Amino acid sequence: MNEFEQMYREVILDHYKNPRGHGVLEGADAEAEGQNPLCGDEVSIYVAFADDGETIEEVKFFGRGCAISQAATSMLTEMVQGRTATEVASLDKDELLDEIGIPLTPVRLKCAMLGLTTLKVALHKAKGTPLPRGLAGFDELELT
Amino acid sequence: MAVTTGTTLDARTLRADFPIFEQLIHDKPLAYLDSANSSQKPRQVIDAMSEFYETSYANVHRAVHVLGERATAGLEGAREKVRALLNAPDVREIVFVRNATEALNLVAYSWGGNNLGPGDAVVVTELEHHSNFVPWQYIAKRQGADFVMVPLDENNELDLSGLDQIARDFNVKVVATNLVSNALGTIHDLGPLTRWAHEQGAIFVCDAAQAAPHMRVDVQALDCDFLAISGHKMCGPSGIGALWGRASLLQAMEPFLLGGHMINSVRYEKTTWGELPHKFEAGTSPIVEAYGLGCAVDYIEAAGLDAIEAHEHELVAYALGRLSEIPGITLYGPPADRRAGVVSFNLADIHPHDVAQILDRQGVAIRAGHHCCQPLMHKLGVAATNRASFYLYTLPEEIDQLADGLYTVRKVFA
Repeated sequence: MNEFEQMYREVILDHYKNPRGHGVLEGADAEAEGQNPLCGDEVSIYVAFADDGETIEEVKFFGRGCAISQAATSMLTEMVQGRTATEVASLDKDELLDEIGIPLTPVRLKCAMLGLTTLKVALHKAKGTPLPRGLAGFDELELT
Repeated sequence: MAVTTGTTLDARTLRADFPIFEQLIHDKPLAYLDSANSSQKPRQVIDAMSEFYETSYANVHRAVHVLGERATAGLEGAREKVRALLNAPDVREIVFVRNATEALNLVAYSWGGNNLGPGDAVVVTELEHHSNFVPWQYIAKRQGADFVMVPLDENNELDLSGLDQIARDFNVKVVATNLVSNALGTIHDLGPLTRWAHEQGAIFVCDAAQAAPHMRVDVQALDCDFLAISGHKMCGPSGIGALWGRASLLQAMEPFLLGGHMINSVRYEKTTWGELPHKFEAGTSPIVEAYGLGCAVDYIEAAGLDAIEAHEHELVAYALGRLSEIPGITLYGPPADRRAGVVSFNLADIHPHDVAQILDRQGVAIRAGHHCCQPLMHKLGVAATNRASFYLYTLPEEIDQLADGLYTVRKVFA
């Protein structure tokens, strides 16, 4: 199985099979839905802020899709907990890619970025800040 | 190449014509099971196109020099080959386009855009490729016409039981469907639908992009009014396809794209269009691509379309047998004798992208996605499927490689 570990590390399969933060958050402070039309991946993300209205207290997601998209979103929920909305809204994608830790082809990169993109859209919407160029549509996202 | 006759085909010999197989993929032999997406190209086509560039290239139809004559002969020779392939009555009815999608858009815009209006309806099926669905949906809406979908039954076959009701409710002007489904491989018996369309006074538009590579397609036997093919799915280059249309319909139509070669005369007051087929071929043609398509037609005719079809039925039967042994597999589509070389499936709840990625590592190339058939995916209740597809160069051991690969996928996701 070694040759496949490079593609699907145990930790990815674990997040895929046992996603963290899976579910719906009723009355969320921020939420958004994202889709990857190439493969039909879908993810909805819900965020609850702490009393300061800025710190991310809880993130949940719900969706269906490939192992990469679902595991990456699961990892993301752990990664952003306790950080500020402002910080996460401009999170460097490499931080998530480092966590995923496997080489991704351009097509799979889109899968991996689905959750992060959707989370950023949710945060910008909640804060009323303009969406950065490229976030308006997932297709237009520059993933180089 | 090996010239075969009758209904037998020596795939092993034909395969040697395809240079793509002379390499390893991830250190494994290549099992290319994605021919319905795009076929590979034989050396005969690749070399002929190179030689054309080296010896005969110039612009067509307007040069008086010898290269212009050679190039024009190459292009027009290819048109005649496509005419013969489709048994079209008249070579002027063959319009070169980029692909079947462009052919279908041409008909939707030029015919639909001038003949559809409020109260009229376009009828498509739930099993269409987006290319024969979206242009009609769009043009119907733009013209204020209705857009009606023939549904699939529980076996994913066309359910024609509602046609009488459609005829009562709508003034049907266009019926558009595929001859072979790219997603399920279903070979349709279009006779009843064609007759019904003509009883309504509608035109019948046939998307043969997935049929022409795999079986004999005869526009007169089909009794259709327009038919679209793509060169890249039938051993030809990308960027070239053909539209066949009845001369009387094409003559009455407005052009689609304007300028360049499609012109007869231009004055400030008025411009007139060229004769068929040039009226629909604006700008410099994909000359060498058209020539390459002609070479591809020669190639598949020499292999024998009946033999190709029989070979694919055998491969599908073998594949359905091998794949059905795999625990957790769901197979979609009709029995082997009624499908072209396409097998769509899902493996438990493993996403097709994950399946395809692990297969790729084992040298197996398949398509994973919605196959440009989202209405069908919706009907199947899935986001995507895996699709293995075959052609004249496909060998049974490639299907074994696929089956072995799927067991590995199961292990990774166990």
